[in-house]
Amino acid sequence: MMAQVPQLRPGFRFQWEPAQQAHVLLYPEGMVKLNGSAGAILAEVDGERCVRDIVARLEQQFPQAGSLAGDVTDFLRDAERQHWIRLS
Amino acid sequence: MMAAGVDSSDQAPDIGPPLWLLAELTYRCPLQCPYCSNPLDYASQDQELTTEQWVSVLRQGRAMGAAQLGFSGGEPLVRQDLAELIAEARHLGYYSNLITSGLGLTEAKVNAFRDAGLDHIQVSFQASDPELNNAVAGSRKAFEQKLAMARAVKAAGYPMVLNFVIHRHNIHQMTDILDLCRRLEADYVELATCQYYGWAFQNREGLMPSRTQLETAEAAVNRYRDLLADAGEAMKLIFVTPDYYEERPKACMNGWGSMFLTVAPDGTALPCHSARLLPIEFANVREQSLQSIWYHSPGFNHYRGDGWMPEPCRSCDEKGKDFGGCRCQAYLLTGNADNPDPVCSKSPSHDRILAARRAADHATAGLEELTYRNRHNSRLFYRTG
Repeated sequence: MMAQVPQLRPGFRFQWEPAQQAHVLLYPEGMVKLNGSAGAILAEVDGERCVRDIVARLEQQFPQAGSLAGDVTDFLRDAERQHWIRLS
Repeated sequence: MMAAGVDSSDQAPDIGPPLWLLAELTYRCPLQCPYCSNPLDYASQDQELTTEQWVSVLRQGRAMGAAQLGFSGGEPLVRQDLAELIAEARHLGYYSNLITSGLGLTEAKVNAFRDAGLDHIQVSFQASDPELNNAVAGSRKAFEQKLAMARAVKAAGYPMVLNFVIHRHNIHQMTDILDLCRRLEADYVELATCQYYGWAFQNREGLMPSRTQLETAEAAVNRYRDLLADAGEAMKLIFVTPDYYEERPKACMNGWGSMFLTVAPDGTALPCHSARLLPIEFANVREQSLQSIWYHSPGFNHYRGDGWMPEPCRSCDEKGKDFGGCRCQAYLLTGNADNPDPVCSKSPSHDRILAARRAADHATAGLEELTYRNRHNSRLFYRTG
């Protein structure tokens, strides 16, 4: 999985919502309010970075968190199951 | 005058922001579906908001926190300023959804709307074949046009939701409907069993499926889900079950004035698109800011919280889950919107629901006996109403 590149599915939009003080994922007639870590991970998903790069960037952002590979891959797998993202 | 600014100190602390804004741009529509949720007397309301007034509504809603925006109607495509409103919505950061019959749409418009920033188009169908589709819609050319537009929407790269309102005259078509959606490469399919408001309430006896019909349909949908899973296809099926066959009411709009805000064509702001049938006065965006309407108007505060609830809702341990159900349904079935939703088996008026179920077992009315939604019939309602 580390070499795969995650990408939001067509029709999904990720953005910061000041009124909710949270990142959200918007899709046809739906909205998911994301918690802090889910928001931080999806903020790194740009359709170009592979999972390994995303993990490295997050570990740089949150040095006190230790290894993040497990959390990030778990979340991305779940996001794929929910049809939010594609992994290619 | 409409105020565009938002004063955050003016916000009641326990009321959340409206996250969803439904802009009902017009009641005009080329179709005549007998289950339309628009008011029966829609023809008496001709004063639509101007482009500038809609832009102001969009700005105010976004500043308050609305993120999802629906352009609906009637048929929103009859508004000549739709592309302008879409562009404004994109600029403001909304996720915008166009809810359309597909009539009046062209390939050029599909592409122009995409370039203006529209996120999603939902096309409604009435059935899986042209005969039944066009009979329900009251339009001879509807089906071919819908097919062409569904293909255009897909080709333009939008995520596509196909919506079918399900009732006793098309509920036997589930597999055919889903085959059609699969051929059109829909991303989502909404099989929405009729909700009995507006014209659908008027026509309930002629629309409501029997329990046997419903169970057969649900089994067909579940078989199709398995088939899609086996084929590894991502088409998502959403089957909205009719609350008339439930024992507990739906959490209507997730609670009155909790996250949904509808603005009707004439500017009346409502907690849901059906609420204007209630004997409650609702404020208009021509006269008040959206902020003041949402947080402070008597209409929006009428059924917030649970202080208004009668028994058995008041002492019910499920009131936090369903908020006492739907106020419009309580009003339509009991004449008093304060009552518990009769769908609930604890409601003293639950017998109205049981009677409707019995009637559905013996209904024989054909499509031609339904009251179609058009200006002629609407005028009859407001003359006699």
